[in-house]
Amino acid sequence: MKKTYKIDVDCANCANKMELAAKKTEGVKDATVNFMTLKMTVEFEEGADPQTVMQQVIKNCKKVESDCEIFLK
Amino acid sequence: MNKKQKQTLIRIIVSAVLTVALLFVPVSGVWQLLLFLVPYLVIGYDILIKAAKGIKNLQPFDECFLMAIATIGAFVLAVLGEGHYVEAVAVMLFYQIGEWFQRYAVGRSRRSISELMDIRPDYANIEKDGTLEQVDPEEVEAGSVIVVKPGEKIPIDGVIIEGESVLNTSALTGESLPKDVMTGDEVISGCINMTGLLRIRTTKAFEESTVSKILDLVENASSRKSKSENFISRFARVYTPAVVGCALALAVLPPLIMMLFGQEAHWITWLYRALTFLVISCPCALVISIPLSFFAGIGGASREGVLVKGSNCLETLSKVKCLVFDKTGTLTQGTFAVTVIHPGQVDENTLLHLAAHVERYSSHPIAVSLREAYPNEHDDCLVTDIQEKAGHGISANINGSVVCVGNEKMMQSAGAVIERCPHPHSGTVIHVAKDGQYLGHIEIADVLKPTARTAIEQLHRLGIRRTVMLTGDHAKAAQAVAEALEIDEVYSGLLPEQKVQQIEQLMADHPTETVAFAGDGINDAPVLTRADLGIAMGALGSDAAIEAADVVLMDDDPLKIARAIQMARHCMKIVKENIWFSIGIKVLCLILGAFGLANMWIAIFADVGVMVIAVLNAIRAMMGKKRIKNNE
Repeated sequence: MKKTYKIDVDCANCANKMELAAKKTEGVKDATVNFMTLKMTVEFEEGADPQTVMQQVIKNCKKVESDCEIFLK
Repeated sequence: MNKKQKQTLIRIIVSAVLTVALLFVPVSGVWQLLLFLVPYLVIGYDILIKAAKGIKNLQPFDECFLMAIATIGAFVLAVLGEGHYVEAVAVMLFYQIGEWFQRYAVGRSRRSISELMDIRPDYANIEKDGTLEQVDPEEVEAGSVIVVKPGEKIPIDGVIIEGESVLNTSALTGESLPKDVMTGDEVISGCINMTGLLRIRTTKAFEESTVSKILDLVENASSRKSKSENFISRFARVYTPAVVGCALALAVLPPLIMMLFGQEAHWITWLYRALTFLVISCPCALVISIPLSFFAGIGGASREGVLVKGSNCLETLSKVKCLVFDKTGTLTQGTFAVTVIHPGQVDENTLLHLAAHVERYSSHPIAVSLREAYPNEHDDCLVTDIQEKAGHGISANINGSVVCVGNEKMMQSAGAVIERCPHPHSGTVIHVAKDGQYLGHIEIADVLKPTARTAIEQLHRLGIRRTVMLTGDHAKAAQAVAEALEIDEVYSGLLPEQKVQQIEQLMADHPTETVAFAGDGINDAPVLTRADLGIAMGALGSDAAIEAADVVLMDDDPLKIARAIQMARHCMKIVKENIWFSIGIKVLCLILGAFGLANMWIAIFADVGVMVIAVLNAIRAMMGKKRIKNNE
């Protein structure tokens, strides 16, 4: 399953770091962060619950870039 | 400018004014330090806070952390009498100016690109009890009737049930020529209704409509990352730790070695050099300018009706060396028309006149094109007794004589002797006989698109090595088209799956060449997917093609292929310039810094100056249009 979230981040390198952090999160199969359109696309592993996984993704992203925001709608 | 940016701007100005003013204040020692700390904290307090958070989260290579270390280090040096407080404040100040500029530029290009694609309709008009009500297009179900007033955008795809008008499609196709529409015509969302009131029965829901599809495609385009982008993000990951490591080594190793050899250590000099390293270590210029270039390039292309599905597609497009075309609908109009009239006994007009009469009621494509070639077919001639002979042709009684129109077999059964024509024919030949006497023949063929020849010529001029045409049509017709357009290779009589095999063969023959396939997408989806790059033409309304292709041309003008390649190359050139320029300047400054030839000011330029230049260069990718016109 793939989902796209709006994000807010200030610099391109921070966006890259967020992408890396999201990819490493458990339950995430793949993730891309598009700095230009401020969107994060997350592909979840089979059977993973997007809500709980995303909470972890946010936590991991905050760790690498304290100023970032992910909007879960 | 948003609120955050305004605040930063004010801080930059306050801090800059204070710093300059302090240069003229005659104080020294502790007082000077304290005074310079004021503009430093004004401009850098958030960086220091973020740096502290970074340490807490065990992210040592955070750029805020680097800036904090570099500036605090500079303060320490100034206290020790090496360097000046101004340098410390300036590093922070220019770093913030650079960040501010980057945010501003990115925000601007984000906005200008969404303006380019300003096709999203805000509302749909629905008629209720005689009055018009504005509703969200997403709430309109397929099959509802919507009203579009002059000046409004058509919000949802549908069919006109009442009214006629002129549509402006330029936002979708980049084509400025308006399109006339009337009752019964299909219209696509995103066009602007210019003159008349239209009542439209929607055929799709909003999410399925052309506008949504296009917006979706453009908005998600840069998520498919190119090799250059991946290279840069990998590079950035290695670069910063490497430079920080070098800085550390630079601060410690040379003095230690000096000490070993019994010389003076010069700790402070080496510390200063290490700090300049840290200032240069931020990978901003690279990391922002590459995706920004692609984003601008893709945005600029979509303004001209060329939708590129991702930065990786733009990269491939710029490398295309072999272009394979589908014939029908891509290079030719895909509709039949009378191309040659060779009368024997009568004049051309009479021949066409008779043929059109006989074909009056037939719906065969040949009949349609005959009637189109002779528009005022319904005159006072008496046409009776129309008989269709399957596989032969049609006969009819016109003003008392029997006229037969059809192929050679039809002529035989009518007892007419065909006069051999000296000219070769590539299309379908229709013979006409009157009362058993041969009158002449008419050739009907698919006509070339008016720009097809120029398109192929331009592609050759752009350095496309091979142009190839694949077609399901018979060899004669294919050969005629290929000769007219000067296409290098032709493969005819191919079934759709054979087209795929042929593309694979072409790719296997020249494994290093990038092969692109351009087709109208109706039955070419497998070939579009198989080629290195699939270009779908005139794809408005064809979902399968939009799905399968990498590049979608909104109108079906083959000239756009050459233009798309030019735009892609323009963008890739900018990307390469930025990569080489940023890495080059940084490495140069690092080397100079290591030998003590670069001071803090040069380091600031290597960091902020390079980023500003790279960002400005990246924005150039959006202005592809002018450049291409100049090239022509």
